[in-house]
Amino acid sequence: MARLNVNPTRMELKKLKARLTTAVRGHKLLKDKSDEMIRRFTVIIRENKRLRQEVEEELFQTLKQFSVARSVTPAYSAETAFSMPTVAVKAECGTKTVMGVDVPDVKLVEEKRTDGLPYAFTEITSEADYSVGKISALLPKLIELAQTEKTVRLLADEIERNKRRVNALEYVMIPQLEETIKYIRDKLDENERASIVRLMKVKNR
Amino acid sequence: MTGKMAIVGNGDSIMVFKAAGVATFPAQDEKKAREVLRKIAAEYKIIFLTEELYKPLGDFLKRFDEEPYPVVLVIPSGKGQTTYGEEFLKSAMERALGVDILFNGEK
Repeated sequence: MARLNVNPTRMELKKLKARLTTAVRGHKLLKDKSDEMIRRFTVIIRENKRLRQEVEEELFQTLKQFSVARSVTPAYSAETAFSMPTVAVKAECGTKTVMGVDVPDVKLVEEKRTDGLPYAFTEITSEADYSVGKISALLPKLIELAQTEKTVRLLADEIERNKRRVNALEYVMIPQLEETIKYIRDKLDENERASIVRLMKVKNR
Repeated sequence: MTGKMAIVGNGDSIMVFKAAGVATFPAQDEKKAREVLRKIAAEYKIIFLTEELYKPLGDFLKRFDEEPYPVVLVIPSGKGQTTYGEEFLKSAMERALGVDILFNGEK
């Protein structure tokens, strides 16, 4: 490990010692942060997996049912039936922090409609009703999944970044400082010994 | 702050989302999807994207990973095998933990 390029003086030694204590303390803190983030991450990623499976399964079924509805109605009537939604779903978008990382926090706010369907029953087959109802029911879950997945992304990024910082401190910064401190101390000791020897020689003469 | 939701995708499957009240943006191919996404990214907070469009857009979508919003969620489009979910979890796990904690019992 290369040592820092400094003059071997008492001043520098003092400075480096202060830097070393800061680095060690910072390293410990970051390591703790990393541990806690990983713990949370494992919880969230498990949740994500569970949600993903549920959502995919339900969505798959819904879409299948919808394609049945599509296939038994003429394309133009299906399109007119679906093109005028009676409701616009909105989501309440906030942010919360997980270990210092800003993550989305979404809640669904829905304006309830009266009959629940954007078209008359005569217009289209009943399969369509089911699938629309199912999608509406699925939306909160979809949003939850979206939120969790984004959290996983952001947290994974932050964990990676943090790990790099910890490693930089542990394997570069701290060894470098330690080596430099040792070098300066050796140099100072050597100087001291040299001067003592010199004094003894002078006295003996 | 309230945000709007949108779905970008191809095929008929997005129509059912429209009935449920989600804004729909049809996009038949990668190029169109990119264009649409760029346009709506600021306005819509939650964007659903069908899986076929996700693969070619992977790099483009990385830019959304920096900020909490917009949230882009990839959903299966109803046809074909869905592998995205598993792949995503695996890559996230690999980057953050370095070990596989979810799928090691299976396969």
